[in-house]
Amino acid sequence: MTVESVFPRLEALLPHVQKPIQYVGGELNSTVKDWDACDVRWALMYPDAYEVGLPNQGVMILYEVLNEREGVLAERTYSVWPDLEALMREHRVPQFTVDAHRPVKAFDVFGLSFSTELGYTNMLTALDLAGIPLEAKDRTLDDPIVLAGGHAAFNPEPIADFIDCAVVGDGEQAVLDMTEIIRTWKAEGRPGGRDEVLLRLAKTGGFYVPRFYDVEYLADGRIARVVPNRAGVPWRVSKHTVMDLDEWPYPKQPLVPLAETVHERMSVEIFRGCTRGCRFCQAGMITRPVRERSITGIGEMVERGLKATGFEEVGLLSLSSADHTEIGDIAKGLADRYTDDKIGLSLPSTRVDAFNIDLANELTRNGRRSGLTFAPEGGSERIRKVINKMVSEEDLIRTVSTAYGNGWRQVKLYFMCGLPTETDEDVLQIGEMAKNVIQKGREVTGQNDIRCTVSIGGFVPKPHTPFQWAPQLSAEDTDARLTKLRDSIRGDRKYGKNIGYRYHDGKPGIVEGLLSRGDRRIGAVIRAVYEDGGRFDGWREHFSYDRWMASAEKGLAGTGVDVDWYTTRERTYEEVLPWDHLDSGLDKDWLWEDWQDALEEVEVDDCRWTPCFDCGVCPQMSTEIQIGPTGVKLLPLTVVNK
Amino acid sequence: MQRIRLRYTKRGRLRFTSHRDFQRAFERALRRSAVPMAYSAGFTPHPKVSYANAAPTGVASEAEYLEIGLAAVRDPEQLRAQLDDSLPAGLDIIDAVEVRTPNFVERLEASEWLVRLDGVEQDEAARAVALFLAAEQVEVERLTKNGVRRFDARGPVAALEIVAPQVGNGPDGHLEGESDVRTARPCAILRLVVRHATPAVRPDDVLSGLRATADLAPPVPAEVTRLAQGPLDEGTGTVTDPLALDRAAAPAGPVEAAGPRATASA
Repeated sequence: MTVESVFPRLEALLPHVQKPIQYVGGELNSTVKDWDACDVRWALMYPDAYEVGLPNQGVMILYEVLNEREGVLAERTYSVWPDLEALMREHRVPQFTVDAHRPVKAFDVFGLSFSTELGYTNMLTALDLAGIPLEAKDRTLDDPIVLAGGHAAFNPEPIADFIDCAVVGDGEQAVLDMTEIIRTWKAEGRPGGRDEVLLRLAKTGGFYVPRFYDVEYLADGRIARVVPNRAGVPWRVSKHTVMDLDEWPYPKQPLVPLAETVHERMSVEIFRGCTRGCRFCQAGMITRPVRERSITGIGEMVERGLKATGFEEVGLLSLSSADHTEIGDIAKGLADRYTDDKIGLSLPSTRVDAFNIDLANELTRNGRRSGLTFAPEGGSERIRKVINKMVSEEDLIRTVSTAYGNGWRQVKLYFMCGLPTETDEDVLQIGEMAKNVIQKGREVTGQNDIRCTVSIGGFVPKPHTPFQWAPQLSAEDTDARLTKLRDSIRGDRKYGKNIGYRYHDGKPGIVEGLLSRGDRRIGAVIRAVYEDGGRFDGWREHFSYDRWMASAEKGLAGTGVDVDWYTTRERTYEEVLPWDHLDSGLDKDWLWEDWQDALEEVEVDDCRWTPCFDCGVCPQMSTEIQIGPTGVKLLPLTVVNK
Repeated sequence: MQRIRLRYTKRGRLRFTSHRDFQRAFERALRRSAVPMAYSAGFTPHPKVSYANAAPTGVASEAEYLEIGLAAVRDPEQLRAQLDDSLPAGLDIIDAVEVRTPNFVERLEASEWLVRLDGVEQDEAARAVALFLAAEQVEVERLTKNGVRRFDARGPVAALEIVAPQVGNGPDGHLEGESDVRTARPCAILRLVVRHATPAVRPDDVLSGLRATADLAPPVPAEVTRLAQGPLDEGTGTVTDPLALDRAAAPAGPVEAAGPRATASA
């Protein structure tokens, strides 16, 4: 059965919408395969606007991995802006893929990548536009399997009503495994309907199917237990971990859009995972262990990617890029190779203690010397011990002083507000740190015109971290603390004018907290928000705190729990957490001990350089740390190419 | 520095490419196909590219022009093919000449447009065209960044006529049939020649003029294609090739990349 393109109908709507180019597809390196020649078809969605979703590495990787397979097809779809949504509803144009403009409902799998919980309402918009029932229980064989992945999927319970399946961890191998299970089931004539294929997935232990688990509650609203309700469905679902990144050199042919997007560069993931052990960092906890891509693997990906895209910038991505064992050789090797091509290098995440000036010089050799950005995260030494971000103020001052001495004039510092045990004093220290940075800069350069920008986000406790038990700071307290800091910075006559101050108010953080640590009862809240018109919650101009709170009151009526119960309440050791049956490999007792260490301001080392401290991931997941150095250098390309 | 003038298109769905989008795409295509670009001096060097008179977003075009500066001499036709390969289908480079004459932009005196009006009967369109042409002046309004602006849309119109449906002329078959299979509805096609003036009168403005003079209100947005831009032959109301002068000034035979003329430098 051939599926028709909706483009002719969509095309008539495009002259009436903003930035129509984002809906027409045709990106360089995009793939359109023959529908009838494939037996398993995926629609991949990043549930945000095209300009944010297109550069997403996760979607790009899976898109290529799937399309490389014979008989498998993957296309992409993104959230449409409200202007087009209204026209699509009026003219009955369904949610479509941008590759061949096929209706999403026609695919076998509708896979969504959630890097944040704020995309949940956009999922509901897309399902509804696609003509797919919002709730999994109402779907039939005519509907795709709705699959959630990405970091937010490590607690898929708030969207359990809406998804058929969730996969946690690395997607590369997982999507291929899922493809095979679906292919076999289809070839057999789809025996047992949707339930059967979902059961086959669930039985592997690597795919979470919410409908096969019942949640029982205690009288006080806490969870009593989560029980499988089908024979053969395991009690816990494991995360997927890809070993040997060099075997997965994706994306090989990054997509190059015609529309402008948030990141326009050739991104190479230089390692996955992080064991620095920052206690607030969900990404660092759930992506263990550290697996480095080799220097030669990186060199090949950069070369092939630049040829395929024409990008002017290479981004070396990871959770803490300067921690790659051979980052110095990588940066120098790449800067040497591309001196004549005016290719800039960027290292989006750099720790203060891993920074060195030689590296910084290599990075800026072919491009601009813009500002330096560091994330001390906590203003006081004490709070940095609590969060295990072991960066001392001396480290920072030494680093910025070298940087200023080498020509940088601008430093940006990232912090969080609302960390466990935090007091006003910890936050006011942020201002002191900024003053010290400027003071040092003036000293080193002999100039008064030195800028330091502090940017502060609200801390949101996340599942699978030592802070998963922590109380979240209320929006009012967050705002009050940030106001004090602002007043103390503005009031400083000597430095105040040189300190840029950026912060987010506490309200969006409460909604994120509700969704992050929510359970299945939150589904009704998400649905109520969606039905009230909630969309694009990651966008300030679309986000409505009041709508979320009103919907929470409605959705949680009769449950005995409320927003505070989910956010500002501290959990105890005994409590069953909504995500306990999703296994990230981390030992819950280890996380608890680390939480206790945090409260006692005890730090923990990085297991890359010190003995194992039994977080549990490697034995649990049969994985291991993979790091260099390999001792190999990047050779000039003229030699490599011969 | 060798300079090359290129003619390119915006066809089919890629007509929704904005000018900024096209610029980025083109500069990346230059990198992918390793064209030896000349760069501007300064702290952040940019490749030397200048664009002329871009068609509005959503309007297709067979005749957009730009000029690039090269750090090494290249054969224009080879360069054209190379760049065309590197751009997505729909953004096609269809002509290239080495620059031998100045004042190119001044040569772009007028544009010829094809305006397809789906759902409009030919007779109705013909009546509106006649009324429009009979008017001395047709005041229209357009919303600009500085608010609503009123100006005459009639004066710069050098030609306006109903054309017989053409077959297989455009990509995606957009210029086919009077009541084609795509919509199974009537369809009128206008050919329009407009002098480039200030303020610029665009096909949209002429459509506003047709609405003002004859109440012509197409039920769906018009599909507009720029067919040509260049010198205007006032006698015949046709637009001629703006690259003709450069072509005529070229010496016989292809340019040799390593030949005696290869003395140009950045």
